Amino acid sequence: MVALSLPSVLTGCERWPDALDPKAPEAHDIAWLIWTFTGLLGAIWLAVVIAMLIAIRGGRRVAPPAAGATPLDALALHPAGERSRTVIVGVLGGLTALTVLVLTGLSYATQRSLFAPRQEGLSILVTGKQWWWELQYEDADPSRIVETANEIHVPVNVPVTLKLEASDVIHSLWVPRLMGKEDLIPGRQNVKRVFVTQPGVYRGQCAEFCGQQHAHMGLLIVAEPMADFERWRDRQRAEAASPSSDEQQAGHDAFLKRSCVMCHQIRGTDAGGRSGPDLTHVGSRMTLAAGTLPLTRGSLAAWIVDPHGVKPGVDMPLTKLEPDELNAIAAYLESLK
Amino acid sequence: MCSGSLKALMAACAMGALLGACQREERDQRPSPVASETREQVALTTNSAGPSPPEIRVSGKGAKYEASAYDQSQGKKYYAWFNCNGCHSNGGGGSGPPLMDDRWIYGGSIENIVQTIREGRPNGMPSFRGKIPDEQIWQIAAYVRSMSGNTSSDSAPQRNDSMHPHPSESRTPPSPPVNGGTVAPSPSR
Ligand code: HEC
Ligand code: HEC
Ligand SMILES: [Cu+2]
Repeated sequence: MVALSLPSVLTGCERWPDALDPKAPEAHDIAWLIWTFTGLLGAIWLAVVIAMLIAIRGGRRVAPPAAGATPLDALALHPAGERSRTVIVGVLGGLTALTVLVLTGLSYATQRSLFAPRQEGLSILVTGKQWWWELQYEDADPSRIVETANEIHVPVNVPVTLKLEASDVIHSLWVPRLMGKEDLIPGRQNVKRVFVTQPGVYRGQCAEFCGQQHAHMGLLIVAEPMADFERWRDRQRAEAASPSSDEQQAGHDAFLKRSCVMCHQIRGTDAGGRSGPDLTHVGSRMTLAAGTLPLTRGSLAAWIVDPHGVKPGVDMPLTKLEPDELNAIAAYLESLK
Repeated sequence: MCSGSLKALMAACAMGALLGACQREERDQRPSPVASETREQVALTTNSAGPSPPEIRVSGKGAKYEASAYDQSQGKKYYAWFNCNGCHSNGGGGSGPPLMDDRWIYGGSIENIVQTIREGRPNGMPSFRGKIPDEQIWQIAAYVRSMSGNTSSDSAPQRNDSMHPHPSESRTPPSPPVNGGTVAPSPSR
């Protein structure tokens, strides 16, 4: 009962990473495979249970032993009954072997199509870090390479190749509505394809325990029509917007004066650190710190003033700022659309 | 009877090992949001004008970093992140002096090294004041001490994340600091 009602409870969930609501061919394939397995094996299980019930309730009655019979007589062979039982067991055995073969074949075929090497369309290098995702949109033309973090924009109906690497420990990328899990392993590159058919925002999550803030290592995949995607990409390629108010200017100056420049890059300024996320267009993202907070000016300030309050143990240290610098930096970063 | 006391002994040992391990990795889950600089008054030399030695007043914070495996491995990470190896290589020296030997131009205590990183030094060592938060400076300084085997071998970093240019810091034999080494080389060299 519990097992049967679980899927309906899960589909009823309004939370967005929903494995039972596939939105990409790969996720469809996996869902189809799971449902086939569940259906077929469920039917067999039901048949066995029914057969057992029949055997228990209405089965053959064993006649009481005749007077003078030894207990061994009960085990004596009855050639006719024995033969029909051999046939039944043989047929069932054959059916079992067939079921196993068919399911293995299905699983193998699906795997093959999932992992078939295909290099086409858009290619994105995804590097897992404790505890965020570094993204680089590759292109033969260096001026079209885009660097960003934590939010993967993809065009719909175009095959996208994700090249997965890690720089510290093993991570795993899982976007339940789009694809199965694939590990990011230091020292090697795994390849994963996504092909999204429906525009939307899909939530992903690190699925391999990677340390204290593993649970706060999320990401978003934003699928949009090609024209929108190209517009996004052109915006991301551009250098950071220059400050347009006094407050933003003060924030810009404070950012460059403080520790922030050691780890963060803002293209178009002197900030060239590479160990934290690229902040050139941080204001254009929907979330902050790998899906931990919605990106607002308030959450930016909360994050900068006390990153360990939001993500204890995070690799961004606490920087002591002057009281008037915090709001200015938050305003400046928010303006980096 | 005998096996009972043996068990108790083993439990005590396991407990000791566990607790020891706890301390080795102890970390501030949430450092105080009002991090501020420590004041260290250190001397660069033991010479002084007058009969009394130079006055040294330190915060004593260094001992905690030198005993913590967590802080030293963080320091190791920041050492690379903040490009110390651009000038000092992996401790062997480049355009900056070697950090894994026993010679210290500006003193080899953790407080001296903190001052070196924070204030910079005249012949080309940049000042990182304001660029590296204080906590991280201490972590890096503890790591620099571990390069010459001057932190305990059970807290010094035991492996590298990437290729190993040299044996791990935990296997480095201690080389106690000789202050002012390159300024006035000792006769034994
Ligand atoms: C030691 C390196 C380091 C320093 C110094 C540093 N950061 Fe970070 N920062 C990080 C890392 C690493 C992350 C990613 C944290 C995570 O999500 O797990 C991060 C994340 C961020 C983010 C969120 C980015 C995103 O895409 O969600 C912002 C904004 C940010 N830092 C601003 C600042 C500001 C402002 C300063 C200076 C006061 C600063 N950082 C100093 C390493 C650093
Ligand atoms: C631009 C090159 C450069 C960078 C980057 C640099 N250093 Fe230095 N460092 C030097 C030079 C040159 C000296 C020697 C200064 C002198 O003799 O006055 C030095 C001296 C030192 C000393 C003193 C050595 C002694 O014998 O007393 C320490 C410790 C040190 N650096 C640590 C670091 C750390 C830690 C970092 C990274 C945060 C770093 N340095 C980054 C160039 C650099
Ligand atoms: Cu993880």
